[in-house]
Amino acid sequence: MKALRHFLFSPAAVLGLLLLIGIVGLAIFADLLYPRDPLALAGRPLQWPSLGGRFLLGTDASGRDIAAQIAHGARTTLLMGMVSTLIAIAIGIVVGALAGFYGGMTDDALMRMTEAFQTLPNFILLLVLVVVVGSNMTAVTIAIGAVSWPAVARLTRAEFLTLRNREFVQACRTLGLTNRWIIFREVLPNALAPIIVYGSVVMATAILLESALAFLDLSDPNIASWGNLIGQGRKVLRSEWYVSAIPGVAILLTILSVSLVGQGLNDALNPRLRGR
Amino acid sequence: MTPLVRIEDLSIALPGGADRPYAVEKLSLTLAPGEIVCVVGESGSGKSMTASALMGLLPTSLPVRGGRIMLGERNILGLSEDELRAIRGPEIGMIFQEPMTALNPLRTAGDQIAEMFRAHTKLSKQEIGARALKLLDEVGIPEPASAYRAYPHELSGGQRQRVMIAMALALEPKILIADEPTTALDVTIQAQILTLIRDIQRRTGMAVLFITHDFGVVAEIADRVMVMQHGRVVESGTVGDVLNDPKADYTRALIAAVPSITPPPPRVLPNKTIATVRDLSKTYRTGGGWFGRQRRVTYAVKAVDIDLPSRATLGIVGESGSGKSTLARCIVRLLDPDHGTIELDGVDFGKLGGETLRRHRHLVQMVFQDPYASLNPRRTAGDLVSQGLVARGVKQDKALARAKELFTLVGLDPSATDRLPHQFSGGQRQRIGLARALALEPKILVADEAVSALDVSVQAQVLQLLVELRDRLSLSMIFITHDLRVAAQICDRIAIMQRGEVVEHGVTAEIFAAPKHPYTQKLLSAVPGRVNAVEMSR
Repeated sequence: MKALRHFLFSPAAVLGLLLLIGIVGLAIFADLLYPRDPLALAGRPLQWPSLGGRFLLGTDASGRDIAAQIAHGARTTLLMGMVSTLIAIAIGIVVGALAGFYGGMTDDALMRMTEAFQTLPNFILLLVLVVVVGSNMTAVTIAIGAVSWPAVARLTRAEFLTLRNREFVQACRTLGLTNRWIIFREVLPNALAPIIVYGSVVMATAILLESALAFLDLSDPNIASWGNLIGQGRKVLRSEWYVSAIPGVAILLTILSVSLVGQGLNDALNPRLRGR
Repeated sequence: MTPLVRIEDLSIALPGGADRPYAVEKLSLTLAPGEIVCVVGESGSGKSMTASALMGLLPTSLPVRGGRIMLGERNILGLSEDELRAIRGPEIGMIFQEPMTALNPLRTAGDQIAEMFRAHTKLSKQEIGARALKLLDEVGIPEPASAYRAYPHELSGGQRQRVMIAMALALEPKILIADEPTTALDVTIQAQILTLIRDIQRRTGMAVLFITHDFGVVAEIADRVMVMQHGRVVESGTVGDVLNDPKADYTRALIAAVPSITPPPPRVLPNKTIATVRDLSKTYRTGGGWFGRQRRVTYAVKAVDIDLPSRATLGIVGESGSGKSTLARCIVRLLDPDHGTIELDGVDFGKLGGETLRRHRHLVQMVFQDPYASLNPRRTAGDLVSQGLVARGVKQDKALARAKELFTLVGLDPSATDRLPHQFSGGQRQRIGLARALALEPKILVADEAVSALDVSVQAQVLQLLVELRDRLSLSMIFITHDLRVAAQICDRIAIMQRGEVVEHGVTAEIFAAPKHPYTQKLLSAVPGRVNAVEMSR
């Protein structure tokens, strides 16, 4: 509760939270606001945004409503970001926890594997995966999760390394608790705070990765997403720049909100940094 | 003689929400040249705050609410940071409890002493070097020239504390503040450091303000004593008066809580052995690797034999690095011994592994040293005590009911099972640790420095509880400690360990009366306050 109060007292964190709530709200009410298919033809192509006009944010090169695509795209982007983050954190926690808790050969084997993943640039690996498994949204989400876990694994391992020799863990061993119990019920809850905070970084990166894929026309073209919209706008960037700029701003705001919330959580959950 | 320092009616406020309004309340104290004044008290009594105030080192969250600290004609409380800097070092020197953290690990000992001269004097480089070397010699470091070039981690604990003292003395201050300077040290080293401070004080005639929690140390070093409780001075006077004829109830209780070094007459023990350890060895290997330096091999425990009579307490006594904790961890199988047998209650415990070991873990349980680190901060006290039972297949509600019974047994309120560890005091936490160890109904209890982190009055209560439970539950106990006073009072037998080996073992009363091994003799003679008022007053 103290952590919550601390969080709410930080203006940056509250701003981030409000922004994030707004974006989540947009995603939830997308069907109410724009009940029509966002990818359907709506009007004359390349109409500039206008406050009083039919299209608040204008239309793209194919004559689709940009505002509708932004609202529906929020849903895609947030869902994709969240699921791929969960995948990355799940893989990272298991790998890091096993490596940190058991040490020795297990640690060596798992960490060499992690390093192998880390030395390859994320995006190149993602491109390869998408080329191999195809580019529907599920595959893209899983692929992004699968390339984002190494940093989580390293963080978890570091936490486990300091926690595994604490007296309370030793006490659990003398009580005859199984290793699985000790790892997941004793050590992990104590290691979770920095991992949750790091989750915000993973999510921000995941959103950027998806946009980059879409920009290269490698994401799922049958779903409204911000990345796809940016990709569409690329061809008319010099004259109708707003087609790319509007989803760009949406991505910027989303990542900013996630980062601010993450930073706020970090300050709130990490008492050692308080008062700095 | 005119006092060097006069503290008058000093009050320091605590932040709101603390258990009392003031950290230090209406404290008055004078410090004259050539005397050692001890400030004694338990944790949270405000004794360290007093020292910090005198150095002008109070954190901003603890504002001074009244009083003056007069250093000569100046009031320290009114000085600016620059003026304070000119006082710290040349006029007041300070030594801290933990010399490892008080020294910079990346700079050599000599360099850090030289820093004092560089900051406060205009001496040349050669002169500074020579002065620093001379200081190292004065504080009795063997081979001062090589200590000058050594990094803190290359020195032993006692040597590091000597370097700290050399730094504090560098500018020949008239006042030395020593905040628990020997608490982190072994007894034999502690004795040397106390003698050193005494010698230097006599030679230079400086005034020493010595903060400690240990009445043995007080008896050893003090001229005058001030006893503090909850931020207030409860008693002050000469060392003889306070120790021999304490006026305040609190002082009397504190002195009575110091365990006597004279063991009670031996108890009659059943002629049955419950635990036998034979030829136990444990070696640590560090370094190595593919490109690393030569491997370092440390023989933590070397061919140790011990026998624990049923229902008895066996003390394993030694200084840091003697291997006593490694031995305990081998016996409870937190570490795997390299060699040797451990037989507990007829079970060949040392050879068990995997699932069989887990099922036999209940035979021997451990109480840990640190009441803060040994309880998972995210689990309720009830969970902590009942989880061992749950893991053995007992239903959750039954296990919790049992936990409540155990709470009553160790003297805690059974309705407190849903609280988190940080809501308990140190002594209460240690009771939770004890309840957790007892939950599995062990035959043998291993207590690893279980009372070392506790204040002396709390320590006495926990020791009392351990003895009661041992007798009531027919437990046999292995008691690891560095404190010979505690060992004298609680152990039927003791084994003295040095560098991984048991150098002497036998009935406690006999060993204390006539120690045979030179190391045992050295340990016993180093116990502070051994031949003096604390013992005399009994």
